Amino acid sequence: MGFGDLELLTLQQYWWIIISLLGGLFVFIMFVQGGQTLIDTLSSNETEKTMLINSIGRKWELGFTTLVLFGGALFAAFPLFYSTSFGGAYWVWLSILFCFIIQAVSYEYRTKPDNFLGQKTYEIFLKINGFVGVFLLGVAISTFFSGAEFHLDSNFFVNWDNDLRGLEALLNPFNYLLGFSLVFLARISGALYFISSIDYEPIRDKAVESIKQNMVLFLLFFLSFMAWILTKDGFAVDINGVVVIQEYKYFTNFIEMPIVLGMFIVGVLMVIGAVYTAIVFKKTCCIKTGGVGIVFTVMAIFLNIGFNGTVYYPSVTDLQSSLTIMNSSGSHYTLMTMSYASLMIPFVLGYIALAWYSMDKVKITKEEIESPDAHNY
Amino acid sequence: MEEHLVDWSRAQFALTAMYHWIFVPLTLGLGFIVAIMESIYVKTGSQEWKKMTKFWMTLFAINFAIGVATGIIMEFEFGTNWANYSWFVGDIFGAPLAVEGILAFFMESTFFAVMFFGWDKVGKKFHLVSTWLVAIGSNLSALWILVANGWMQYPVGMEFNPDTVRNEMINFWEVLFSPVAVAKFLHTIGSGYVMASLFVVGISAWYLLKGRDVVFAKKSMVVGATFGLITSLFLVLSGDESAHQVALKQPVKLAAMEGLYEGKTEAGIVGIGILNPDKTIDNDEHPFLFEVEAPYALSLLGYHDIHAFVPGLKDLVYGNEQRGIISAQEKIDKGKLAVQALEDYKEAKKANDMVRANEARLILEENMRYFGYGHLKSPEQIVPPVATTFYAFHIMVTLGGWFTFLFAILLYLSMKKDISDYRLLLTAAVWSIPLGYIAGEAGWVVAEVGRQPWAIQDLMPVGIAATKISSTNVMISFFMFATLFTLLLIAEIKIMTKQIKIGPEGGH
Repeated sequence: MGFGDLELLTLQQYWWIIISLLGGLFVFIMFVQGGQTLIDTLSSNETEKTMLINSIGRKWELGFTTLVLFGGALFAAFPLFYSTSFGGAYWVWLSILFCFIIQAVSYEYRTKPDNFLGQKTYEIFLKINGFVGVFLLGVAISTFFSGAEFHLDSNFFVNWDNDLRGLEALLNPFNYLLGFSLVFLARISGALYFISSIDYEPIRDKAVESIKQNMVLFLLFFLSFMAWILTKDGFAVDINGVVVIQEYKYFTNFIEMPIVLGMFIVGVLMVIGAVYTAIVFKKTCCIKTGGVGIVFTVMAIFLNIGFNGTVYYPSVTDLQSSLTIMNSSGSHYTLMTMSYASLMIPFVLGYIALAWYSMDKVKITKEEIESPDAHNY
Repeated sequence: MEEHLVDWSRAQFALTAMYHWIFVPLTLGLGFIVAIMESIYVKTGSQEWKKMTKFWMTLFAINFAIGVATGIIMEFEFGTNWANYSWFVGDIFGAPLAVEGILAFFMESTFFAVMFFGWDKVGKKFHLVSTWLVAIGSNLSALWILVANGWMQYPVGMEFNPDTVRNEMINFWEVLFSPVAVAKFLHTIGSGYVMASLFVVGISAWYLLKGRDVVFAKKSMVVGATFGLITSLFLVLSGDESAHQVALKQPVKLAAMEGLYEGKTEAGIVGIGILNPDKTIDNDEHPFLFEVEAPYALSLLGYHDIHAFVPGLKDLVYGNEQRGIISAQEKIDKGKLAVQALEDYKEAKKANDMVRANEARLILEENMRYFGYGHLKSPEQIVPPVATTFYAFHIMVTLGGWFTFLFAILLYLSMKKDISDYRLLLTAAVWSIPLGYIAGEAGWVVAEVGRQPWAIQDLMPVGIAATKISSTNVMISFFMFATLFTLLLIAEIKIMTKQIKIGPEGGH
């Protein structure tokens, strides 16, 4: 028995689970972005700042790659989402991409002599990526709940019904909730990561302080976001593929899918537990627990809108153009082929873990950063 | 769809792709050169080779960062600017991109960190393996995107589904091992290896001209010239196969590459030529103001037979009954039947009239291979910009020949004589670095301008493929990209030249 014997719906669900997993991993690895916003807050001189930047600088490519894979997997598994959302919400996605383009050069060029734009500019680039990039991603994902303005023609070509081409999402204050939640979450995980990877007390102390503040703000926005989606009307699809608006849809989904609810609760508790342990017991390894918690939480939210007859990309101007995992996926053959490729994912995660472990077992110290022989950012 | 929109969408894609292509070739080739150097270091334990490895690695990293920065946009731009295209072929095109992410990008990015920061953190062998994996990973990334590009030039392994109004993959292996995709991949990575070799010999030549870091430069020169000579021969072979594939699959492109209007047997290749600007497809002007032709060469190159008939643009536009070539007008008529049949099918299905739907489906299937022609307005539209394609092709080939010669003579002199004495040659080597970039970009111009008006050969013209959006939006994003990428390019060049001036002794 292979993937080819599975029903189309099963393959669609399998791929939605992978997308959810990638989404979760991506939000976790946003500790790099969060860390970028803390480089001044947590340092009191150039050496300390360099230590911070070198700590996350060894991980930024992973985040970048996860974003690329997230896009590629969506294109392959749910091509109608790729064409509809990227083509339609043009400016939101391009803005996010600009925030990532400037990140990619900043680490390498920041302290190089003759770098044209100056060290300060590259640090501002990192902060734009950390604040604006993460915030806009949150806003973009929030439209999965609030809806977007598009209709599809008989060729399934997208027509966007708002001239702001995606930026109209910023006119809906509810979308800010997830945007800010992600920003503060990334700052928390960034601080947790610094604590684990840098062996230097002054930075660790400041990181703990920053976690306290950001946790309060995160909880404020995240709980508001959850309150919003659990109480709002949701977009559902019936067995004939007709899209309808249903009261408390997302709340109902959690009740009807206890595994997803359990995943969500465990995830949130792990994040809270990690933060608590870091603050109260001064443990240095909390990024692991917190990371798994983030992956679970985000996965649960994605699974909520992908499964149980739910629309994951609703259109508010033409309800029947809304996207579900059933009507937006690749063909059976393509999903099957890619499912075989997906068997490589555990292997990939394995070598990432191996490389990560080998690199991080030697902590970053002040001596290493100051050594003349080091390759520093 | 408004006309300016398509132009701006194309301009933006061309701009971002050409910027990206400034950085990719060096990554493809330098990765291997650095890995070879580090292998020698690990084998001999010589600090000299370690220093050399680290120096070229520094330049690799500077280039790599901006390659990544310009690369991310490419993946999403299919969606943002070519949404209709993305739906029409997403079922085929998406898979290679996703596989690329899973198999290649993570390998590249994970081991990149080890390669740069792992010198004192992991063992020598683990480090060396990491360096090789970065090189292999970056070349694997190139494989999948070029498979996707090859598919656009020659769509295979799929079937059109009128219910979903898209092409659906039915055979992944046919997509992966399509002869066009294979030839494209080999020729493209080959050009990367040659570019990287030019970079290494050019910079080494500069040190020799300055009389500094002589031992380092001579060693680097030998590695660069050897790698360059081997890979440029490989480039010639893969180029020959590419041209053969173009002749078989995209005869219009081949005719444009050669400025061939009237088809002929025993066709020659114009080695050097200036096109006659007054020549159009429907007049009888001579196509060239001046030309030097190598006899039989085009028949040989295109069809591996000196007597083969090579169709010209006129044959392909107006048809040539004797040679069994149907005219573009006939294809347009069939294409219009297909487009209409699709509409009929959709309508009949809506009305639940299965008899009519089946009739329409039959007509559609019969004419599907000309589907894209149904959107064209005139037969002449199938002709790409001849001058651009012709000159780009000739620049590429001429420069390719020069590079092969340059590597051979540099290698010979490095082994037999004191290369430092040949200052003119060394100067030529330095100036060949920018020529390498020109040759690479020219190659892409041939491939992409030469296939106009098609986004997907015969199935979808660019005008239908673009996202429906007002052109002002695309114009604004075009200038945003142009500004940002130019600033980053200037930064990259300044940083790179500074590091070269600092040299292998001064930094790390």
